[in-house]
Amino acid sequence: MRLERSRVRAVVAVPAVAAVGALLVWAFVGLPDFGHYRGPYGFVLNRIGVPQRHTTNVVTAIVFDYRGFDTMGEEFILFGSVLGVVLLLRGRARDEAEEDLAKYTDAVSSDLVRVLGGLAAGVSLLIGLWLVSFGFVTPGGGFQGGVVVAGALLLVYAAGSFRAWRKVSNEEALDPLEGIGVGGYVIVGLAALVSGAPFLHNLLGPGKSGTLFSGGSLPFLNWVTALEVAAANVVLCAQFLEQCLAPHARKERSNS
Amino acid sequence: MTLVVATIAPLQAIAFVLAPLGATAVVFTRRPLRQIVVNGFYGLALGVLFFVLQAPDVALSMIVVGAIAYPLVVLSAIGRVRLRSGGKPKGREADGA
Repeated sequence: MRLERSRVRAVVAVPAVAAVGALLVWAFVGLPDFGHYRGPYGFVLNRIGVPQRHTTNVVTAIVFDYRGFDTMGEEFILFGSVLGVVLLLRGRARDEAEEDLAKYTDAVSSDLVRVLGGLAAGVSLLIGLWLVSFGFVTPGGGFQGGVVVAGALLLVYAAGSFRAWRKVSNEEALDPLEGIGVGGYVIVGLAALVSGAPFLHNLLGPGKSGTLFSGGSLPFLNWVTALEVAAANVVLCAQFLEQCLAPHARKERSNS
Repeated sequence: MTLVVATIAPLQAIAFVLAPLGATAVVFTRRPLRQIVVNGFYGLALGVLFFVLQAPDVALSMIVVGAIAYPLVVLSAIGRVRLRSGGKPKGREADGA
């Protein structure tokens, strides 16, 4: 029986691996030589990005300006998927678990983990905010920084307790923040429309290259994105954690 | 035009070797919890690769996905599955561990 199954697997896998392998070899042979970028777009943007927008990180200028509309779509993808998770998981079962969860105690007992974890949370929060704020000057931006901020808050659970985490992941505060994040992007886009320019057109003038006061309205898009990404990730973590911990909380409460 | 790197620098060569090694290690790690840790190192190796290829923004994205987003999803999935099979979370006072 076992032999048969492995034979079936081999019959399916060998041609598939061979076909994908052949396609890969074909693709790799056709690649340009190492370091020889063929598309003109990157060179053009590298040349005009800084003079036009005064943002020294051209990648962020592409994400929030030259391709700002695509980024709006990505934000809505994230918003929509988190909305889906919330709709699925915030059901009646969760409301019933609410009381158990509110009384759940699971503080980390190791002092070392608590202290180092607390320090790591603070440092990560600073790094996240720094990545967001300087995202258009140096590498970083709202997406990466937002995830780091969410990760810093998650450390409150990992090194602290579920009770402390519930305070920082308060859904009544986070749901509106997430909405403001995703809606703010559209509002910045509409502001351009109102002033007579195309949707999401960069306003406010380019500012001074290499400082926080550069990129026109791009920093606003950067910050609303950070808000959306951070809030979405924290909401997601909160939902998943509740799902994992609710049965433990119920058991603990019925034991006491 | 501006930046054409025709030869592979030593750091790039190291990163090019480390990334596939990391990927292979992930595949050959069978236990899910251990696999998350190995995958974290793989993400770091990819981050270093992107960094030495002058793509620090992509490197940052790779690191935040590999270090925060991916472990989070997999860990909560494992936690949920273990609950079904009657296991307990470890290292927390509530379980008297």
